[in-house]
Amino acid sequence: MSTVEVKNLHKSFGSLEVLRGVDFTVESGQVVCIIGPSGSGKSTLLRCVNLLEQPTSGTVIVDGVDLTDPDVDIDAARRRIGMVFQQFNLFPHLTVRRNVTIAQERVLKRPKEECDRIARENLEKVGLLAKIDAYPPQLSGGQQQRVAIARALAMNPSLMLFDEPTSALDPELVGDVLSVMRQLAEDGMTMLVVTHEMGFAREVADRVVFMDGGVIVEDGPPEQVIADPQHERTREFLKRVLHPGV
Amino acid sequence: MSVVSEQQTPPSAEPRKGLSPRKRQRISRGIQYAVLVVILVVLIALADWKSISQSFFNLDVAREGLPELFTVALKNTVIYTVSGYAAGFVGGLLLALMRQSSVAPYRWLSAIYIEIFRGLPALVIFLMIGSLPLAFPGFHVPGDVYGQAALGLGLVSAAYMAETFRAGLQAVPKGQMEAARSLGMPYMRAMVSIIIPQAIRIVIPPLTNELVLLFKDSSLVLFLGVTAAQVELAKFGNDQASTFASPTPILVSGLTYLLITIPLGYVARRLEARQGAHR
Repeated sequence: MSTVEVKNLHKSFGSLEVLRGVDFTVESGQVVCIIGPSGSGKSTLLRCVNLLEQPTSGTVIVDGVDLTDPDVDIDAARRRIGMVFQQFNLFPHLTVRRNVTIAQERVLKRPKEECDRIARENLEKVGLLAKIDAYPPQLSGGQQQRVAIARALAMNPSLMLFDEPTSALDPELVGDVLSVMRQLAEDGMTMLVVTHEMGFAREVADRVVFMDGGVIVEDGPPEQVIADPQHERTREFLKRVLHPGV
Repeated sequence: MSVVSEQQTPPSAEPRKGLSPRKRQRISRGIQYAVLVVILVVLIALADWKSISQSFFNLDVAREGLPELFTVALKNTVIYTVSGYAAGFVGGLLLALMRQSSVAPYRWLSAIYIEIFRGLPALVIFLMIGSLPLAFPGFHVPGDVYGQAALGLGLVSAAYMAETFRAGLQAVPKGQMEAARSLGMPYMRAMVSIIIPQAIRIVIPPLTNELVLLFKDSSLVLFLGVTAAQVELAKFGNDQASTFASPTPILVSGLTYLLITIPLGYVARRLEARQGAHR
């Protein structure tokens, strides 16, 4: 069953058309990486999947629920969609523990003990149980991003969205975040990842989607899209990303 | 290197017209000191020192005000200030949230309120409060003068605090709201749990300054017509001054204000500096 189904998606900001008719699906348990030059609309596409951006037209169906239906309870739908941001967006005034428990408690109405248990499980998973009483500003960028992943996982999402999760990190911290994501993929999580990490896309993704100019140019398994791209634009982009400075 | 022509003179070698800048600066500073000294000498010569020490620093009169200066006047001033501040805090936060509302009339109402109450002298508002029963027959502000004071000071400070809160809310990064919403929090829940606590932290220094301003404005309560038990610092000083025909009590009241406002202002500046260092 498809977890995500996007049909003829358009999004404009004023007169600027960022998405010009995007169709794609993510099957349950798949990892799909979206690559493409900056300004190609890949982040906007991702943000349309949990309706952080309201699409101008088209439909977004997640877990069988049409999110673009005005009658849909968008808060309920978002509970099942975890999101990880480029800038982490942890709540700086709350401890790591509270960051991971607050939505469980206030949104899912789980009992306190259960929230705490689930927080510990997920912090353990990302290797940061020791930091449970720290505040986000006391953590490195890589640690903050792993807490952000734990925060999203604590809601038991059926889909995880990653918006350039390693782009704001110092190079030596990227590996820890990617290995958490790799583990998550192995555990069978459905993932949609906007990324510039070609190594990650090649190794972990089931499919790679190349976007340019607000449309999907190429969509297929990584060994095809990255290793043997069919379109000139994809080839141009990959040449610049894989061999910068040549 | 290019060849320097013989005729060209370096700037420092230009012939001096009149005084050198350094010398001119020294003379200017000397004049400023001289003016200061002259003013002080004139003031000292003109002042009636005997009368000043008798009228303004009359310790016997000052002692007459104790202990009521602290047990009644200062206590009431603090009560008026704190209750007005609490009302202004809640009102200001509400106005700031209305300012961002998706319902346009709320935005207008809030904007109009802020413009009006920042534009009016606080005194005018206090004079109007006495006339409220004319507009709403049978209406009495609960808590008598204490309630009216809280209302008056609250109405004024709410307008100022609304602008402060608005700045604070805008200073919280957009990503915070997005993160909260992506976890399934409804807008209001995200506001209360995530955005407002951070906004308040950001505006603690200006809010402390607002407390100082309100502490001084609490003197306007005297226009509400207060009994001896409800008197605050300014009126207390004024009443004592007429009883003893001496300005000393007013001076004492003034010093009592400073006792609170100077440390509070210091705290506000420290908080500001600390926050500046964190950013």
